[in-house]
Amino acid sequence: MGEKKLMKGNEALAEGAVRAGCRFFAGYPITPQNEIPEYMSWRLPEVEGTFIQAESEVAAINMLYGASACGARVMTSSSGPGISLKQEGISYTASAELPIFYANIVRGGPGLGNIAPSQGDYFQATRGGGHGDYRVFVIAPNSVSEMGNFPRMCYDIAEKYRTVTMILADGLLGQMMEPIEYDFEPVDPTKLPLKEWALGKQDGRPRRVVRSYDLRPGYMEKHTWKLVEKYKKIEENEVRYEATMVDDADILIVAYGTCSRISKAALSLGRKENLKIGLLRPITLWPFPMKVLNDLASKIKKILVVEMSAGQMIEDVKLSIEGKAQVFFHGRPAGGIPTEVEVLDVIRKIHGE
Amino acid sequence: MRYCPGCGHGVIHRLVAEALVELKIRERTIGIAPVGCSVFADEYFNCDMIQPAHGRGPAVATGMKRVRPDCIVFSYQGDGDLASIGMAETIHCAARSENVTIIFVNNAIFGMTGGQMAPTTLPGMRSTTCPFGRDPKVAGNPIRVCELLSALDGPAYLERVAVNTPGNVVKARKAIKKAFQVQMDGLGFSLVEILSQCPTDWALTPLQSIQKIKDEMIPYYPLGVFRSPDEIKK
Repeated sequence: MGEKKLMKGNEALAEGAVRAGCRFFAGYPITPQNEIPEYMSWRLPEVEGTFIQAESEVAAINMLYGASACGARVMTSSSGPGISLKQEGISYTASAELPIFYANIVRGGPGLGNIAPSQGDYFQATRGGGHGDYRVFVIAPNSVSEMGNFPRMCYDIAEKYRTVTMILADGLLGQMMEPIEYDFEPVDPTKLPLKEWALGKQDGRPRRVVRSYDLRPGYMEKHTWKLVEKYKKIEENEVRYEATMVDDADILIVAYGTCSRISKAALSLGRKENLKIGLLRPITLWPFPMKVLNDLASKIKKILVVEMSAGQMIEDVKLSIEGKAQVFFHGRPAGGIPTEVEVLDVIRKIHGE
Repeated sequence: MRYCPGCGHGVIHRLVAEALVELKIRERTIGIAPVGCSVFADEYFNCDMIQPAHGRGPAVATGMKRVRPDCIVFSYQGDGDLASIGMAETIHCAARSENVTIIFVNNAIFGMTGGQMAPTTLPGMRSTTCPFGRDPKVAGNPIRVCELLSALDGPAYLERVAVNTPGNVVKARKAIKKAFQVQMDGLGFSLVEILSQCPTDWALTPLQSIQKIKDEMIPYYPLGVFRSPDEIKK
């Protein structure tokens, strides 16, 4: 494990990936994630890994496509505009079933937007973003500690299911400093099980082919159904969430990432004035904790969704609860950050209704 | 094979495959098929193969070679793939002098999608998106890839060949083998540009298209060595 250290979120994430066995990183500068490639540029050579500053996000994701096909634990990171460019490669990677991992340290959008923290890329992350029928495992940390410890989980899930995984964090989580203690021993990638599909030397075995297409009639449909089966298994096994004081709650806040911490503060303040507030924090955004939310909506009739966006996760909340509760929204897009007082004011209003 | 009668891909595939066998590197080679007619290349080479997004071959090759420097990596690409959508990846792969080999098939047309204009389509040449002939004032000028890349310090070996006559096929064979040798010697980026015929989309007979290479393609795209590995060795 290791001692407790004070680290910046982006650096904790980069170090966490290296500890989890990442040996190949390709990326392109964009604020507010620059500490990740900067860290990787000196850290990866220390462990005989490769860092490449690619000519574009498009090239970076395709470098991952090649390196991952050869069996390496790989990573790239960016912020919204760069992830938009990477969606082409992410779609190919999903179809070719390569276990890549990447992080989006979200800034304000759309367009070039600004460099302030935001949760405006929820749709982009959870809806795949690229073309075709595929899903991405999306996990949303809310502390520097989770920024550092989630990459290992992402690699494990990526390789277990041969699927694409990502961390969705905002610029605040990337830039702030907090204590972190890594909760796992460093992974030696040379000791990981051999990947039976990875490209490399044949040495007598039959040749291997990695492809994202099948032009034979009916075969691509068959392949896509196979992917869907895999996604169903991920939905069954990999949902993660955190429920706080939901047992006696009559108002439930649903919030992830930075907003879950702001909401927790609002919950503490509200409880002092006997407002029975509960909090459900989705940790995985896909798969979304639909079942637990549906169960909670059976007894809690008012749900407040708090987001640093104009309202994106709220759609998944509504899908989950199947009309069982009234859904309210408080959000700030493109760099706006709600305060706990702001959230509490909204709760008081809802409570009075 | 899935290629049309008279197409150059068959000959070029054979030359690449023979080079891999003669250099005894087949079992440690990973090939990259492009998007285009030769997307099917992954069916014809008896080595590990990967099929990436359109034009991204050089980036994929970079990722593979950095992770498996003990393997030989080649990217087989057409002119739409390499010189249009993938130009940035091509130039930067060459500038970094990644130790990979690119087989660049220039037939001056988008083949698989049905004969649209390529960045290499000759002035005056007709295609389905320049039906009256490419007018440089409207559609720009063709790109000479070897000349362009020779402005960089990165490449170790650049040569343009053709497969329109037995004599030129022999020269192409030598160039392809040399490109792989350059990679085996760790000298850096190698690219062989091969002028090839596309009778179907040129709307010519195979014999006429061979003649077109001699009469029109070679005068615009002169054959020869644009960067010799001997300069690097010094």
